[in-house]
Amino acid sequence: MPILSYVRALNRALAAEMERDPAVCVFGEDIGIAVSNVTTGLLKRFGPERVIDMPISEQAFTSFATGAAIAGSRPVVEFQIPALLFLVFEQIANQAHKFPLMTGGQVKVPVTYLLPSSGSRVGWAGQHSDHPYSLFAHVGVKTVVPATPTDAYGLLVSAIRDDDPVIVFGPAGAVARRENVDFDALAPVPLGVARVHRPGTDVTVVAVGHLVHDALAVADELADSISVEVFDPRTLYPFDWTALEASLRRTGRLVVVDDSNRTCGIGGEILATAAEEMHLVAPPKRVTRPDGAVLPFARELDLALQPTRGQLRAAIETVAKGQ
Amino acid sequence: MADSADLYRTVRLIRRFEQRAIELVRSGVIPGGIHPYIGEEAIAAGVCAALRADDLITSTHRGHGHVLAKGADPIRMLAELAGRETGLNGGRGGAMHAADVSAGIYGGNALVGASAAIAAGAAWSHRRAGHDRVAVTFFGDGAVNQGVLLETLNLASLRLLPVIFVCENNQFATSMRVQDTTSGTITGRAAAFGIPAETVDGMDPEAVLEAASRAVTRARAAEGPTFLECMTYRFDAHHTWEYSVRPRYRTDEEVAAGSVRDPLEIQAARVADAVRARIDQEIEDLLDQARLFAEASPEPDPSGALDYLYSSGLRGRGGTA
Repeated sequence: MPILSYVRALNRALAAEMERDPAVCVFGEDIGIAVSNVTTGLLKRFGPERVIDMPISEQAFTSFATGAAIAGSRPVVEFQIPALLFLVFEQIANQAHKFPLMTGGQVKVPVTYLLPSSGSRVGWAGQHSDHPYSLFAHVGVKTVVPATPTDAYGLLVSAIRDDDPVIVFGPAGAVARRENVDFDALAPVPLGVARVHRPGTDVTVVAVGHLVHDALAVADELADSISVEVFDPRTLYPFDWTALEASLRRTGRLVVVDDSNRTCGIGGEILATAAEEMHLVAPPKRVTRPDGAVLPFARELDLALQPTRGQLRAAIETVAKGQ
Repeated sequence: MADSADLYRTVRLIRRFEQRAIELVRSGVIPGGIHPYIGEEAIAAGVCAALRADDLITSTHRGHGHVLAKGADPIRMLAELAGRETGLNGGRGGAMHAADVSAGIYGGNALVGASAAIAAGAAWSHRRAGHDRVAVTFFGDGAVNQGVLLETLNLASLRLLPVIFVCENNQFATSMRVQDTTSGTITGRAAAFGIPAETVDGMDPEAVLEAASRAVTRARAAEGPTFLECMTYRFDAHHTWEYSVRPRYRTDEEVAAGSVRDPLEIQAARVADAVRARIDQEIEDLLDQARLFAEASPEPDPSGALDYLYSSGLRGRGGTA
């Protein structure tokens, strides 16, 4: 079977949706030459009226997308750098997200925000290494963090077809992944539906984005002693609580590995919900970035602040023994 | 093209709507207060008279005049201010967010300068769909130092978008005088991006209509954006909270001097007494009806507080487990 890379999957999803629906257009910086490789070939195929290199004016082009969406277009806005989301938080959280309610349902805002490289790439320092998906889940913007190429394809397609703003985070730690797939079998993946990558009976590990692959590796390491279920929410908002409940009914034990800063990260929400509403036989644990983390430049310092397999393994072992 | 009586009717409607809305703020029918547009009516009336029904506008926190002038139903507008289910936005938007997309009103905006980029994107999308619709974005002098507005001037000029930037220079950003917050000139900002700009007598509805008509002609001919700086004066409070807080940032004498040229009087002088009397009566009758309608309209059911949040129909979890 042919090999599909994560980046190529995003590219295929964009091209397929642009082909299918003339309302779909792409805005961003350096997308004409596809500096992030996600928009490769799109300018040539769909022309400069649908693939628009914008001035370095993120706030303007993010709200420009809102206006275009209200008027009938379905823009995809690419941001090369996750910290740009702090710059356009007003335009997404306060404008695009609020317009349907504030107008009493008079408008729809079908915009997709696409981050082809979020989180740490190691060596990009404080302002290029954030992973702010929890902020958007908190606000209530539909938030997607695909872990694999097929999910990246399927979730991006669903995001573009959705009538609400959706933000798609492609974790830097996952974008190098490749998968053997039948291209004809690529299909939309519904928002809000989790995926169990590996069934298990002792501990449920909820892993977000690239950390799914770390969780799978740790589950392998522990296979002789602990049966780990690797649960990938895929969509953080809306979260698939029903699937998590079903998983915890089987295992009763929960570890979350989440590349957010600890306070108010999505991991905290998952633990709180499980504690309030679900079956747990032992205190749960989470592995996250530290509180208020700013990733320093040096490799050792950057890596020191990201969740590690060692931390995850230790958390699983503790929770497996806990009662 | 609107005649003098049409412009008078719009100016008068806005003036009386605002005066009556202030009464309803005082009596508690309108929660939260309003930003009165009194004194600035000529701008909304003149600009919107130059537009077609399918053209669109984006507005500000001080947007009642724009919404009324663009053709929203004043009765449903007042119901919106009163937070009723029958309001333009079903009571979900209120004084700062009233919208009627079917009339080309893409809503007010509570963030200063924030709606210009939305107008530009909408204008782009309509043009791409083959329409010759024009978009007007209204903003105040306080917005001309907002990055997103300046970014939008660049973008609109770069892509020759059919957008008209209408700056309502009422001299004050809340309490701050324009000369204390703004370097250079306001029209100079537009000029820097290659956008034709002119300063207009924003107290004269016909002068505004004339300038706006030229801008609309340019926009429809795909010649790009125009910037109009309309000189005006806010006769009333920044917001009705001033009635209780009474901040002192301008003297009564200064307000009196600023209010000498009154757009309502300027336009009234152009209309025969008998015609004016009939228009005035029609407006009073309409606003009586609006008040009765608002007060008789049901308050929204609290169980629908998050209705319309997601167009896809998603319902998030409630605040208790």
